[in-house]
Amino acid sequence: MILIERLQSSRNALGLLFMLPAAVLLLLFLTYPLGLGFWLGFTDTKVGRAGEWIGLENYQFLWGDAVTRLALFNTLFYTFVASVIKFGLGLWLAMLLNRNIRFKTFFRAVILLPYIVPTALSAIAFWWIYDAQFSIISWMLVKMGLIDAYIDFLGEPWNARLSVIAANIWRGIPFVAITLLAGLQTISPSYYEASAIDGASRWQQFRHVTLPLLTPIIAVVMTFSVLFTFTDFQLIYVITRGGPLNATHLMATLSFQRAISGGALGEGAAISIAMVPFLLAAIMFSYFGLQRRAWQQGGADK
Amino acid sequence: MSTTGASASSASTDTVGMSYLDTPSRKFVTIYLPLIVFLIVLLFPFYWMAITSVKPDNELLSRTGNPFWVIAPTLAHFKKLLFNTAYPEWMWNTVLVSVVATFVSLACSVFAAYAIERLRFQGAKQIGLSIFLAYLVPPSILFIPLAAIVNQLGLFDTRWALILTYPTFLIPFSTWLLMGYFRSIPYELEECALIDGANRWQILTKIVLPLAVPGLISAGIFAFTLSWNEFIYALTFISSSEVKTVPVGVVTELVEGDVYHWGALMAGALLGSLPVAFIYSFFVEYYVSGLTGSVKE
Repeated sequence: MILIERLQSSRNALGLLFMLPAAVLLLLFLTYPLGLGFWLGFTDTKVGRAGEWIGLENYQFLWGDAVTRLALFNTLFYTFVASVIKFGLGLWLAMLLNRNIRFKTFFRAVILLPYIVPTALSAIAFWWIYDAQFSIISWMLVKMGLIDAYIDFLGEPWNARLSVIAANIWRGIPFVAITLLAGLQTISPSYYEASAIDGASRWQQFRHVTLPLLTPIIAVVMTFSVLFTFTDFQLIYVITRGGPLNATHLMATLSFQRAISGGALGEGAAISIAMVPFLLAAIMFSYFGLQRRAWQQGGADK
Repeated sequence: MSTTGASASSASTDTVGMSYLDTPSRKFVTIYLPLIVFLIVLLFPFYWMAITSVKPDNELLSRTGNPFWVIAPTLAHFKKLLFNTAYPEWMWNTVLVSVVATFVSLACSVFAAYAIERLRFQGAKQIGLSIFLAYLVPPSILFIPLAAIVNQLGLFDTRWALILTYPTFLIPFSTWLLMGYFRSIPYELEECALIDGANRWQILTKIVLPLAVPGLISAGIFAFTLSWNEFIYALTFISSSEVKTVPVGVVTELVEGDVYHWGALMAGALLGSLPVAFIYSFFVEYYVSGLTGSVKE
């Protein structure tokens, strides 16, 4: 009894006790695997065989490996193009939803659907939409007389790249739009009235009122968006499995192929660890960009 | 007529000040037309899923006729899915894993968030920051070492592998969200309770948790959909058909060689999407507040 009473009066002991369940799960299944991943990257571990320390050999091999280089290029291209378009269309959609419109709650609810259903399952729908023989997009374009042969969406490298990017944009727009909408709703209408009285045009209002006030939330939303896109796995795995000719392989799908399908755990781990510097760069970029903005707007020094 | 409409719209809570200057036709072209195009593009894959799942095979593979419609709808694909595949088992696994993982994560997160936000033990701030950083670690860089760990623990190919690993992305998220909710509860309430002789456990269960119910629902709904949609862990840690989840089962088991059973695939995708869409439709506001809360500082 005395022990329990002492425990309750001590913030540190009680805090430790309350943190325990979460800490055990996170240390065992998040921190430890993260460290183990770094270590595996320096070994030649195979499935069912403990590996030996081989230093940087995995990374040296991957640096010279044409498929890995292609996967890195694909990942950067995929992330860059998809993120830019998701940002542009997402911001547009958010600004449309922020207007005084009918059925606002309905629009907002329905628009999130691509984001909440399982990506693996909607990816199957895209696989069917991109089918070489029965694609509905080809059918429509042929009927409109724009093309005369069905498009081979997933059989030709650049077609395949752009097709999976389109699927990623479809999935990502709702997240960007709804979170930016939340940011837009915090901007006071009086700014727009004041600038309109001063004779600002729509574009000037957007450029000098909306964008500066929205920058902090844009930075956070786009960091998340870039992180998710850079580490994307499901869409590629379901729609193309990295094909044709590795043209759509991303770092994540390549590491899966090498480590799980191929059994080379060490090499696969090295590929996934190679993604970490890029992720850190994205986080740093947004973190420091964000701080500067907060300070410019008179935010407190943290 | 137009003036009365204009004054009504400017009197309502209009976020963009001067929009009453817009004529109805201009408003249609600049707002409703783009919105409708967005809506059609965002919803088309679901329509396509639904219409394909009720099309008989001969209509699916014919190039004549209008592919947007179905002449003789059939439930054959659903029947095949429910009676000739392990789909019902995958459904049950997904429900079981998602519900258990969500409850485990919520329980852990409530304690962790309360400790970080209100107990203010030494190092609470640093722990809070590391929780946020844990949220940024993507599953794609964890699944290989996790596969090795799951193997070592003898959990490979069991539901436990998923129930224990899903909290790694659920706990950071829910803790972060709940910390925000706990912060909004006035300190004075807890102080009053302390003076009246309540202990920490009573404060948590009788004062803080009832006030944080909206936060708990948000975190719960969000965690449930995240677990339902999880793919890469379930694909890596499970190999037997009877313990697979719906997303993995549909992708790995319904595709046989080069013959794609599009009807059954689409039926599987539709049935697997409906539960989350259904739950979401009841809790839209909670889900949106969870989504926007998760990216707020």
